[in-house]
Amino acid sequence: MTSTDTIPDVSADTPPPIVAAYPTPLLRIDNVTKKFGAFTAVDGLSLDIQAGEFFALLGPSGCGKTTLLRMLAGFETPDAGKILLDGADIAAVPPHQRPVNMMFQNYALFPHLSVANNIAFGLKRAMLPKDEIASRVAEMVALVKLSGLEKRRPDQLSGGQKQRVALARALARRPQLLLLDEPLAALDKKLREETQAELLALQRRLGTTFVIVTHDQDEAMTMADRIGVMQDGRLEQVATPRQLYEAPVSRWIAGFVGDINLIEGEVTFHDDHRLTIATADAGTLFVAEPRAPLDGKAISVAIRPEKIRLSRRGPAADRGHGGVMNSLEGVVTEVGYLGGLSVYKVKLDHGGTLRAAVANTARLDVDAYSVGQRVAAWFAPDDCVVLQR
Amino acid sequence: MSARDIFARPARRAAIAPYAWMVLFFLVPFGFVLKISLSQTAIAQPPYLPLFGFADGIDGLKASFAALSLDNFRLLASDNLYIASYLRSVVVALVSTALLLAIGYPVAYAMARLPARWQGVAMMLVIVPFWTSFLIRIYAWINILQHDGLLNQLLLALHIVSAPVVWLSTDSAMYLGIVYSYLPFMILPLYATLAKQDSALLEAASDLGASRLQAFWQVTFPLSLPGVFAGALLCFIPIVGEFVIPDLLAGSDSMMIGQTLWLEFFTNKDWPVASALAIVLLALLLVPLLVYDRLQRRQLEAK
Repeated sequence: MTSTDTIPDVSADTPPPIVAAYPTPLLRIDNVTKKFGAFTAVDGLSLDIQAGEFFALLGPSGCGKTTLLRMLAGFETPDAGKILLDGADIAAVPPHQRPVNMMFQNYALFPHLSVANNIAFGLKRAMLPKDEIASRVAEMVALVKLSGLEKRRPDQLSGGQKQRVALARALARRPQLLLLDEPLAALDKKLREETQAELLALQRRLGTTFVIVTHDQDEAMTMADRIGVMQDGRLEQVATPRQLYEAPVSRWIAGFVGDINLIEGEVTFHDDHRLTIATADAGTLFVAEPRAPLDGKAISVAIRPEKIRLSRRGPAADRGHGGVMNSLEGVVTEVGYLGGLSVYKVKLDHGGTLRAAVANTARLDVDAYSVGQRVAAWFAPDDCVVLQR
Repeated sequence: MSARDIFARPARRAAIAPYAWMVLFFLVPFGFVLKISLSQTAIAQPPYLPLFGFADGIDGLKASFAALSLDNFRLLASDNLYIASYLRSVVVALVSTALLLAIGYPVAYAMARLPARWQGVAMMLVIVPFWTSFLIRIYAWINILQHDGLLNQLLLALHIVSAPVVWLSTDSAMYLGIVYSYLPFMILPLYATLAKQDSALLEAASDLGASRLQAFWQVTFPLSLPGVFAGALLCFIPIVGEFVIPDLLAGSDSMMIGQTLWLEFFTNKDWPVASALAIVLLALLLVPLLVYDRLQRRQLEAK
């Protein structure tokens, strides 16, 4: 029902219209709880996923994301709450009767069956006519670019080829919802990046709703329309990749997604759209007023390393931003060269430490700073995020 | 590394070791038995002729070779007693192996699905009978099955039968004894293949629309076939040559080949015919081994 042109362009400031576009979600997870003995894997979690969406569940291991996925597939039953697929409660439907398919971590390909028979497995169970099965298998083989390998056994395939068979096998039954459990974790970095792009293109073309579980934030960021970050069985934040990165709702999220500098402080002054914050580690900072009102004065100022600029001298006073800029002086104590970026650790005169990521735009190191060098680290109030402590 | 390097000297020596072992402990004794099977009985010590010796020089040795004949093998083919014994052995082994598979598979399957801490206990229960002598266990069955044995006492006490039933010296008793004795040899290889199966495969089957029964026949069973073949072979081959169980538990109206062989060797003192029987038995047992080998090779080629 979805095609590529209905997938909205998302940006940090506008919430994704995808939520408003479809009044009833394809999948509604309503207050679902799952316990294993004394351990609560999923804790009263609610989430709506729209048809055609590419949704990523991101979180550290043990956060409950895999348990949630297994409940969607039917391998686990929720202790409380409902799972509605297209409006119908599927909690009691056994896995083999759900219009949901899963691509397993490590693929779980049938070792005794050929590529073609692995893909046909689900179609045979659906009692489709023989020629229909053959044509669908051929279609799937072409879709995942496995032509010529139909007769191979799984142990005669490379990791990337196995991954494709697993994907084709899961898609062959044309599920309403495709679940992917760490689908790219077994591939090496280069192949993983290529496959991310292919997977995304495939999802856009088929319009199938994808729910992917991953611990790899780059993977989630690259592919997903929205990301749900899980911690201790709860969703900490559900947002677009950009919102998640630029507007984290908690210190935990800010620290989990990407790298960030956190500076503890207290609000001392509040004028139009700007807060003045007194910190022990970095002196007085100016930050833009957060959208949600703060309760209490104890806050953290969060600033991403790439938002911090370094220079030998402080910025000129007339650089815009209403003339206000946070400028902190310090000494470079560590240089991490990452190729495209260099990460500098700056010990501030106030006592704190900042990490600044600077793009290496020139081949020769005229822009680079060395350990022991005095620098000014500066950043705009708008680039800071204020988080409640 | 080239093929030449792989077969460098130490490796080559190691590769020869199993062949040396086979020659020393299989081929040489086999040669003795083959030679005796081609000899004639004699009232002598040992009870067959000719004997090879260098006492008469090369000519004597030549004469000894000339005296060898296939008469004993012709006898085996001409006498129904022997053919019937072979046939009975193969039938008993086939029926027993089928029974063992029918009983052993569900047991192994259940064991493989027990929680990990119970699997060790179950394994122990399978192995524990080995701690008692095999012969004593078969005698115990005689005790249970005889006219006034435990089984008849129980059936009478429960009023299931009104008079003692004849159990001992029947084929049923023999099959009971064989299945009882060989069950561990069937269960262990089956359990080994079933326990190492990835449970994610069953979830995948279920996810793709297979009911539990379909998942079993489409995934679990085909993947357990190596265990099925190994278990079947491990039981079939020794059962064909089984002597003690049919001798103690079955009736005396028909004999398995092991019993016939024993008879020829110890009662008739006809070592050459007994040896010929053993040679044919060996040839017979090569058939399932070759089939198994072929199946395994096909599996390797598929990989």
